[in-house]
Formats: sequence, structure tokens, C-alpha cells
Amino acid sequence: MCADKTELARQFIELIPQARALGMDILQIEDGVAVIRMPYDPALVGDPDTGVIHGGAVSTLMDTCGGAATMAHPTSPGGTATISLRIDYLRGAKPGDAITARAECYHITRAVAFVRATAHDSDPSQPVATATGTFTVEPRRPEVTS
Amino acid sequence: MSRRPPDPVQVVKQRRDAALRALADRVPYVGFLGISFDRRGDELTGVLAYDEKLIGNPYLPALHGGVTAAFLEVTAIISLSWTMMWEDVESGLLTLDQLEAGELPRLPKTIDFSVDYLRSGLPRDAYARASVTRSGRRYASVHAEAWQDNHGRPIAQANAHFLMPLRED
Repeated sequence: MCADKTELARQFIELIPQARALGMDILQIEDGVAVIRMPYDPALVGDPDTGVIHGGAVSTLMDTCGGAATMAHPTSPGGTATISLRIDYLRGAKPGDAITARAECYHITRAVAFVRATAHDSDPSQPVATATGTFTVEPRRPEVTS
Repeated sequence: MSRRPPDPVQVVKQRRDAALRALADRVPYVGFLGISFDRRGDELTGVLAYDEKLIGNPYLPALHGGVTAAFLEVTAIISLSWTMMWEDVESGLLTLDQLEAGELPRLPKTIDFSVDYLRSGLPRDAYARASVTRSGRRYASVHAEAWQDNHGRPIAQANAHFLMPLRED
């Protein structure tokens, strides 16, 4: 049952157009933990003087990874949306390096999932960013609301 | 006492638009997301042109939360740099040639970024404005807000801190 949910979460992430546009690759997704890798792409550069990836692309990686960790939590019904996300940018990611994020849903209630995440480049001992987020807990395919 | 006559309006606009282009067009990620800036005097509005690749939930469908955050961050950085450059552009200290050659001050670096999601982002264009709450020599605090059809119903807001580039003066 848990394996099915993991597979559903993986399929969902792989269908996200923005995750595909960024070339995201799911390395791990199970029991409230997700690890996703985003390759370096010159189109994502935020500082043309240094070639460092824009923080916005790192935000998208962190957000996707946090949502994936929430969906993969054993008690999650499978749907989620971000309520809030805070990111600390510790240092610029090395130009040319892929960025890997690991998110953990460390607490979940019937309504809210609490997530923390870390991202690193080729040097896992020196993270490039850390994040905390809150996500909604909802059925897998919610009705469209206005 | 004689005052320098004001520059003709075309000259002023040419200089301001060149400054804005120089600032936004040289950042690849701004082009990747399809963000442009609308300028009225010194006020900038970021415009995120809808594209299918910006979707984060294909079932609703809704814009990716990361895209919304990135749009706010881009708008905050460009608006902060724009505010920083404004006087030098107006005084002509930054010349049109320099601006067109992309000779600009370094961009501020994001220290932290915090976003609140208020409504689901619909599959259509979005707009954003940033206001610099405080800008010192080393640090700046910026607030940004994004909306779609109704300005009074924002889809997200953000607060961010930036490390300012070192100035040579």
C-alpha cells in the first residue's frame, strides 16, 4: 500500500511541466522523504557575472521536493499545495554542478504538513540552501475552487 | 542663477528603458520564465507571460508554487537594483553607451526569501510589484506581491533580505 503511494507520488512529480522543464530527476521518494536532483543549465543562471543559478530555480526545486515528501508521507491522502516556504541561501551553487535537494516531512496533522529541506551541489558537506515549509494535506485530486 | 534645462522626454525615456533592458535582459533565468517589465516613471511591474511549462499541478491546473516564488524573487531583485541605479541613470552618471553595453552595478544577492501562498495561481498571466522597505549600504529588505486578474486578490506575497553589492565610492 505504501509502495503504491510512493509510485503515485513519483508519477505525479514526473508529470509536472515545470519539473520537466527544469530536468528534475527523482532519486528517492518514500516515507515522507524525497530527494530530487536538478542538473545545471545555463538558461537558469541568475547572475551573469558569476554563472550562479538563480535562487528562483532553487526555490522551485525545494518546493517540488517538499510537496513530494508530503505526498509520500504514510498518513497523507496524497494531495498537497504549498502554504508557505522560507529559504535561506547559504552560498551560491558552483556553476556547472547539479543541485540536489532532500526534503523531509517531519510532522503531519489532518490539515498541515511541516517540512524541512536542504540543497547541495557536488559538495554535500556544504549546503547551498536550507528551507522550511508548510503544505496543505488534502485528497489527491481536489475540485477546482474559485 | 541659471538651471540646466530638462532633457527632452525622448532622451529621458531612452535612457530609462535602456537601463531596464540592460538590467533584465542579461539574466538568462528571467528569459527562461518569460518575465518582462512594464515601466511607468520609476515604477516597475513584472509580467509573467503564461506558458504551459509553468504549471505545477496539471490536474487543477495551477502555476507551480516555485514559479510564483521565483517570479516574486526576480521582481524583488530587479526592482531593488532599479532603485539602486535610478539616480545614476537620471543624472547621466551611467551613460547610454554604458547601459547598452551592459555595464551595470553587480546584482544584490538573496540572503533569505519567505513566500506566503494566498490563492492558487491560475493558468494565465501574472503580475508582480516589489517595494523596497529599507535599503542600507549592506542589507536591504524588500516586500513583493503577485496577482492575476484582480490586484485586490493577490496570489502570493513575499519578504526577502538581500546583500547589497559593494560600492566603490
